[in-house]
Amino acid sequence: MPTTTEAGEKDPAAAADGRGGPRRRWRSSVLPRHLSLAVLGLLAVTVVMETTGSFANSQLASMAYLGIAAGGLTVLTGLNGQLSLGHGAFMAVGAYTTALFLDGEPPALPLPVVLAAATLVTLLVGAVVGVAAARLHGPYIAGATLALAVAVPGVVLHFERLGGEQGLGVRMPETPVWVLDAAYFVTGSELDPTKYVAYIGWAALVVTYVLLANLMRGRVGRTWRAVRDDEVAAEIAGIHLGRARVLAFVVSTACAGLAGAVMAMAVRITAPSGFSLTLSLTLLSAVVLGGLGSLTGALIGSALLTFLPHLVTGLGTDAGLTDVRAAELAPAVYGLTMILVILVAPAGITGTLRNLWRRRRGVA
Amino acid sequence: MQQLLTTALGGLTLGAVYAAFALALCLIWRSTRIVNFAQAPMAMITTYIALVIIDAGHSYWTGFAAALVSGLLLGAVVERVVVRPVEGKAEINAVILTLGLFILIHAVAGIVFGSRYRSFPAPFGVRGLTVGDTPVALTGFGVFTVLAVMVVMGLLVLLFRYTEVGLMMRAAAFNQEVARVLGVKVGRMLTLGWALAALVGSLSGLLIAGGSLVHPAYMDSVVVYGFVAAVLGGLDSPVGSVIGGMLLGLSLSAVSGYLGSELVPLAALVILMAVLLLRPGGLFSHHAERRV
Amino acid sequence: MFDVRDLTTSYGPVRALDGVSFTAREGEVTAVLGANGAGKTTLLRTASGLVRAERGQVRLDGRDVTRAPAEDMARLGLAHVPEGRGVITELTVEENLRLGGLHRPARARRADVERICGLFPVLGERYDATAHVLSGGERQMLVIGRALMAAPKVLLLDEPSLGLAPRIVTQIFDLLRSLVASEGLTVVLVEQNARSALSIADVGVVLNLGKVVVQDEAAALAADEKVRHAYLGF
Repeated sequence: MPTTTEAGEKDPAAAADGRGGPRRRWRSSVLPRHLSLAVLGLLAVTVVMETTGSFANSQLASMAYLGIAAGGLTVLTGLNGQLSLGHGAFMAVGAYTTALFLDGEPPALPLPVVLAAATLVTLLVGAVVGVAAARLHGPYIAGATLALAVAVPGVVLHFERLGGEQGLGVRMPETPVWVLDAAYFVTGSELDPTKYVAYIGWAALVVTYVLLANLMRGRVGRTWRAVRDDEVAAEIAGIHLGRARVLAFVVSTACAGLAGAVMAMAVRITAPSGFSLTLSLTLLSAVVLGGLGSLTGALIGSALLTFLPHLVTGLGTDAGLTDVRAAELAPAVYGLTMILVILVAPAGITGTLRNLWRRRRGVA
Repeated sequence: MQQLLTTALGGLTLGAVYAAFALALCLIWRSTRIVNFAQAPMAMITTYIALVIIDAGHSYWTGFAAALVSGLLLGAVVERVVVRPVEGKAEINAVILTLGLFILIHAVAGIVFGSRYRSFPAPFGVRGLTVGDTPVALTGFGVFTVLAVMVVMGLLVLLFRYTEVGLMMRAAAFNQEVARVLGVKVGRMLTLGWALAALVGSLSGLLIAGGSLVHPAYMDSVVVYGFVAAVLGGLDSPVGSVIGGMLLGLSLSAVSGYLGSELVPLAALVILMAVLLLRPGGLFSHHAERRV
Repeated sequence: MFDVRDLTTSYGPVRALDGVSFTAREGEVTAVLGANGAGKTTLLRTASGLVRAERGQVRLDGRDVTRAPAEDMARLGLAHVPEGRGVITELTVEENLRLGGLHRPARARRADVERICGLFPVLGERYDATAHVLSGGERQMLVIGRALMAAPKVLLLDEPSLGLAPRIVTQIFDLLRSLVASEGLTVVLVEQNARSALSIADVGVVLNLGKVVVQDEAAALAADEKVRHAYLGF
């Protein structure tokens, strides 16, 4: 399926070929490059985290889980051309799994294992849905995942163990002493629980993005793009279409599961209302705004989702709207921008900037 | 027995509404190959328009008519302004566009009308009728719902079968290029198609709302049920959509009555996946193969 | 009658028509011939407004219609039967015919339906059937009949012989010839099947890579061995 939304993940490859460097050298230099970017990113996050207050820390935590989920979605939609309106539902799976595993004093499993378990459970659910969805196309897969997004809150209500409308409280385990000590040693300040969760979120994000970036640049990513661009040609080239689609779906839902786990810890409660259709659609708007198929775009998109609401809601209340109504301004902005992006700049923010940059340098 | 009857009658009413919504999706799909997910908030906002008019002291029917007319206009504007540029482009763009509209209209409704639940009046009784001494689970408004949907469908059949405009609309939907060389103003027909579809969608919005509560998200699940119903009928066939809507209404009513209402969306999902995987062309298709 | 001057059309960077000029005289069949990709279909699509002309002119009865939209062509007297027949298979025979005469008054349209069912009796027999049950030859009759419903001055036909058995092709071409005589039609016939086309045409225009390479009386073209070998393949 051709998409006009191409945020140019092919460009580094093209640039590398243009430099005439042997392909192998470029390939082997990818991982170190991603790793050093990751370390730089973590440093930047640490600096920001330590210089801002508790409220900003919690915002950063939400940006982390939105970013993880958006990263997974952008791989699915941008690279493989499948649209999921059900990622909110997959986040719910991850979040509820986390809540259940952390229930108990002390929790049965250490935190990293809980995160991994939440990811794994969601991955399994994603595999089941993915196998079915792999056979569907454009509007059909959109409709099916939309149905999923609407169905999951009802399923949650059906099982009493999941706490009904009120949902489950999430018990955050005590921060391990060695973590507190290490944090104090590095930053010179106490690590409060909010900040702890934010750090976990960003660590999870960085790990996810490094893995995704490597996947995208490698053989798997090329397979996905081939399937997206021309199914027939991909099949002739020996690509198993169904397998490629299911793999993309599974990778993407695993990200959603991890995002849900971080969300559960950050929000401290998992309730059906937190995983409404709105969440799924908002995630989609994030990846469209940022530029489909680009991890940078997904990160920018999730930053907008995190910080824009405060800004525009403030403007709304200043203009005389009640809080509740002003809160709707942010989604109005997302919706409108989504429409404008499709009509005017299908490459999203990252793609458009890149095109402008290239035009200025006269490369394109 | 009583339970079965209740379920069946409830399903019939519900089915009529889903049928109308499925028909709205089908009309647009047929002519532009776009599934208009924004149909739900479009119907929601026209129902709010009716509510504002009724709350201002006008009659229910004034509000009803105003909602249908605004649906017609909204559909035309949306097609002409927003959708026209992506027609014939990559299908994922159109899907994303309708979802953008979905979010936008939702938010606008929240800003303009607020997010709280508001009750919407019904022109007929919403308490069960009685036949002899036995109460039946059919309300006056339920009867009106089924009749209204049937009337609208009848009018659409007349329009498509027996009028020149209807013929031109069908020609434009089936083969744009041939229609153009025969002198059909294809763009105008597509606009008209979206307008009519939005009108039918508005009708289903009004019928769901009648005697019940409205809030900005009250149509969200209906778009799923309407989509499932349309897919049951093959997505291409207006008659199929109507039958699919009725079948879905009855099935979901049974699920709600016997298993619990919270499982209704899950049942819809299961039905959708079953149809897409087993009979992708819909229940009534002759050709088994269809890319979905 | 139907006049093309210096017509030029491109699809992106690819020039499909390059300065094509010819005249189709009233009451004659002008065959446009050439290999695949010579620009024949593009010529018709540009003439009927489906594709935008980059340069040049299309004149119909002395009137410049180059920039007229495709929707207006039927009213202006030009009927285009696109490649692949263009029957709308989901509609009935009757509805297809009705679509042909959209801009005509209702009474004239009814009379035309009668007349066309007289010309093509099979259409009368299948009047209420859905068009997808028709055979290839019947579909070809339907689209020609539908084009006649518009009471056109000029009829553009794109590959009417495509996929038809030789016997049917002969039948269709004979019908076409008699129509030209009885209705005073001007026909531009695009064909790969050069031999059959030249057998009923008055004039032949040979395209190659978007340019006119030869135009002459049909009989002269059919007799010219060099042209036949180089461009017409028979």
